[in-house]
Amino acid sequence: MYPFTFTKVSDTREALNAGRRGGRYIAGGTTLVDLMRETVERPESLVDISDLPLREVTVTERGGLRIGALVRMAEAAAHTKVRTTYPVVSEALELSASAQLRNMATIGGNIMQRTRCTYFRDVTAACNKREPGSGCAAREGYNRTHAILGTSDACVATHPSDAAVAFAALEATVNLMGPDGERSLPFADFLLRPGSTPDREQALRRGELITSVEIPAHPRPLKSGYLKVRDRQSYEFALTSAAVALHIRGGVIREAKIATGGVGTVPWKLPTVEQHLVGERPSARLWAQAAERAADGARPLAHNRFKIALLKRTVERQLRTVGGTK
Amino acid sequence: MSTELTESDVPSPTGPASAPSRRTFIATTTAVGGIAVAGGLVAGPPPLGVEEAAAAEATPSGRVSLTVNGKRHTITVDNRTSLLDLLREHLGLTGSKKGCNAGACGACTVLVDGRRVNSCLTLAVRLEGAEVTTVEGLAPGGEDGELHPLQAAFVEQDAFQCGYCTPGQIMSGVGCIQEGHTGSAEEIREWMSGNICRCGCYVKIVRAVEQTARGK
Repeated sequence: MYPFTFTKVSDTREALNAGRRGGRYIAGGTTLVDLMRETVERPESLVDISDLPLREVTVTERGGLRIGALVRMAEAAAHTKVRTTYPVVSEALELSASAQLRNMATIGGNIMQRTRCTYFRDVTAACNKREPGSGCAAREGYNRTHAILGTSDACVATHPSDAAVAFAALEATVNLMGPDGERSLPFADFLLRPGSTPDREQALRRGELITSVEIPAHPRPLKSGYLKVRDRQSYEFALTSAAVALHIRGGVIREAKIATGGVGTVPWKLPTVEQHLVGERPSARLWAQAAERAADGARPLAHNRFKIALLKRTVERQLRTVGGTK
Repeated sequence: MSTELTESDVPSPTGPASAPSRRTFIATTTAVGGIAVAGGLVAGPPPLGVEEAAAAEATPSGRVSLTVNGKRHTITVDNRTSLLDLLREHLGLTGSKKGCNAGACGACTVLVDGRRVNSCLTLAVRLEGAEVTTVEGLAPGGEDGELHPLQAAFVEQDAFQCGYCTPGQIMSGVGCIQEGHTGSAEEIREWMSGNICRCGCYVKIVRAVEQTARGK
């Protein structure tokens, strides 16, 4: 690990000043410290933001839910409001990492977390994300766990967060505060596809701080849940996953919000599948037909073609689990 | 008490000040054929890059006061020092183990302010005012006294073979019981999944946690 200076800030203004000067924010630190030890990350200055007042879960005026950036994963998952209104978020969080890591890691840090691509984490390998222009060792390497959607010639790494998949499905927004003031970004615009600049992963400006993630109000009742498929039962990243939320009234699906993880360079929303479901009545046949579109546009690599079928089945199973079959 | 410490790299009687990571070691030895660097491991400084070596001359450090197993310590640490290295290398509390040093095995689990965390991913300099409990501080009667119920249950259930992961398992188990995630063997398995046991003693570890939770 390279040496770094360390400052702990006590208010937001102090944080933004340090951030503007190039300081790197640290909250839970579970990703950052790990990557610093591997020398993938080499910040010269760390700014500890854990004392900032961003620890609340609040119901918004419009009936949505605002989760402060410094709420720990464990706290967010266990929060009664999160658990009862958006079980998909609680489930995604509790199927992530381990109890210890969830006690440390925060919601803001979770959506900032960097890919688990082994070539990204290995400083001796070519990686455009870590070292722009150096190439992509994964393209021709061992790419069983890599992305099949949203990839580019420069990068095929998946986004590792489960919670981000739930947030993407529910069309959350990310609230930001920066040296130039506050702004909000739709979740879909916050995380960037790699394109030709895979080193740029979030639409953050210099010194900008995530203050909260906000889930909009959805019509009630809303059934939701998260399914994660992986190589071992627990404490493992997703091969495929599905966040599904359905609003069914009068026996008809009125709203469907679906995103998948483990397959895309960013959490992958499935508008085609959603549109296929809206206005229809739940049935085993409908779930299968809709899920058939889940991998549209996929571009598999040498070792991850299996993800196409796995993704369709993951989505189908989770539609059945959340929506039931009649 | 005031001592300078570096990350992972506190001078030991036999080793150099900074051990290269396994990956750096393998990569470097592969590149140079293994001989020069392997020798350096024993006698010389680690294979630092020019940049890294220059930076190491002026290592930023910070002063932190924290309580470990009820005892207050004020220490100056290199900012890179993990809580795990602080415990093991400076305070002589070698119960917490360094398995992966990357948050992937749980052998370093301790309680910080009552919550179980990976001490390898916790920077010591951030712990101003924190209360840390390690496996050494668990037994109510101290080192020679009565064991903590979960420690006793591990002995009774024979919940280990090599024992390397055991301190982390026990600290994680204490957290798991406090959190109330012990409703069934399945629930315990899920909520203890952050602790890997290479010997595969999971069945008995789950029994030990279950037994202790029931007796609570």
